[in-house]
Amino acid sequence: MIVPILKQGEYLIASIQSALTDADLVALRDALVAKVGAMRIRGVIVDVTSLDVLDSFASRTLRDLANMIGLRGARTVIVGIQPEVAFAMVQLGLTLEDIPTALDLEEGLLFLASRR
Amino acid sequence: MREKEAQAVPRRSDETVTTLLSELVAHLRETRTVLRQEWAQRITTARLLTAMTEEELFSEATAVYDQYVEALETGTFEALQAYARNLSERIIPRGVETDEVVGIVLLLRDVLARSLFAKYQTDFAKLNRILDAYEPAANRIANTVAVGFVQERERIIREQQEAIRELSTPVLQVRERLLILPIIGVIDPQRARQLTEQLLHGIRATRGKVVVIDLTGVAAMDSSIANHLVQTVEASRLLGATVIVTGLSPAIAQTLVNIGVDLGKMNTVGDLQGGIEEAERLLGYRVAQIAALEEAESRAAG
Repeated sequence: MIVPILKQGEYLIASIQSALTDADLVALRDALVAKVGAMRIRGVIVDVTSLDVLDSFASRTLRDLANMIGLRGARTVIVGIQPEVAFAMVQLGLTLEDIPTALDLEEGLLFLASRR
Repeated sequence: MREKEAQAVPRRSDETVTTLLSELVAHLRETRTVLRQEWAQRITTARLLTAMTEEELFSEATAVYDQYVEALETGTFEALQAYARNLSERIIPRGVETDEVVGIVLLLRDVLARSLFAKYQTDFAKLNRILDAYEPAANRIANTVAVGFVQERERIIREQQEAIRELSTPVLQVRERLLILPIIGVIDPQRARQLTEQLLHGIRATRGKVVVIDLTGVAAMDSSIANHLVQTVEASRLLGATVIVTGLSPAIAQTLVNIGVDLGKMNTVGDLQGGIEEAERLLGYRVAQIAALEEAESRAAG
């Protein structure tokens, strides 16, 4: 399952539509990190609204993704984590430290706009 | 010899439990007024059902008496059971206790048994057979009424617990995107779970951006609940909301320090007012008195 990556002005939006394998996640990470440099991107939004589970590999990949993108000069925000997913992640100790999160796509865009 | 047996057999089958009971029922119907009166009087003497007036007591006593006799006659307990439930529903809110209900049913059983003694005192064998028929039925009736009462009570208690649980963790919106969660009283693991659930869903439903959790009304919490609180704060952050915790008591502060909470992650303010002010600042609100604003404006103009 390939995650579509949409470009919107200076931002990239990756909306995950279904459960991803570990390989899909790594592919998403690499594609985003590559495009950030190629397209002069300032912010990346990863929308996980439709995911009903976020395991340790997914959390770590998202964190790596955000840190790699940060090193390439853009910000990342994760949006749309479901309440049950959030609490399950916290109980597993996966708190995505230092990675900005927002309620939904709209909030994510507002967040990125406020940090210009 | 043979004749005797032939005589004895029909006599015994004549007096099956059913016929004995119907004889009994006829007797109870006949003496209804007297026995009912006596029963009501004994209830008053025993100081049972003091929450009810004498008239109420008498009308209930009449209804129970008739249901009782009917249950004896038909051997079915559904009507009595329904009546017991209905009665319980009416009298439980008035503070009637289980022992009072059991007490009055046992009193009725005794009153009726005494009247049987009086009626059959000359025929001891017959009295025995009548009692054989009466006692199991009477015990079942007493049992049915008592169980009905207790079940009704438990149903009410369950309903109330449910209501209290739901009311115990309100998530309130005070401004656009600002939620407060006042917590009062002891937090047990179940309440903590419910609190988290309601808060996270509240954040989603109202698009909350800042949440103030006020713990002024919580004296202390153990470390597992404190951990849960920290997890709730972190989970809220994953949803994109900022949590401000206010009104931490010294005991809770100590618990949080003991479990080694990362204070960089916990946004705490002394009291609820301070918490709401901080939340307003985060949301970009500025709250001022109109008079002060006007004064500042006129000073700027002048």
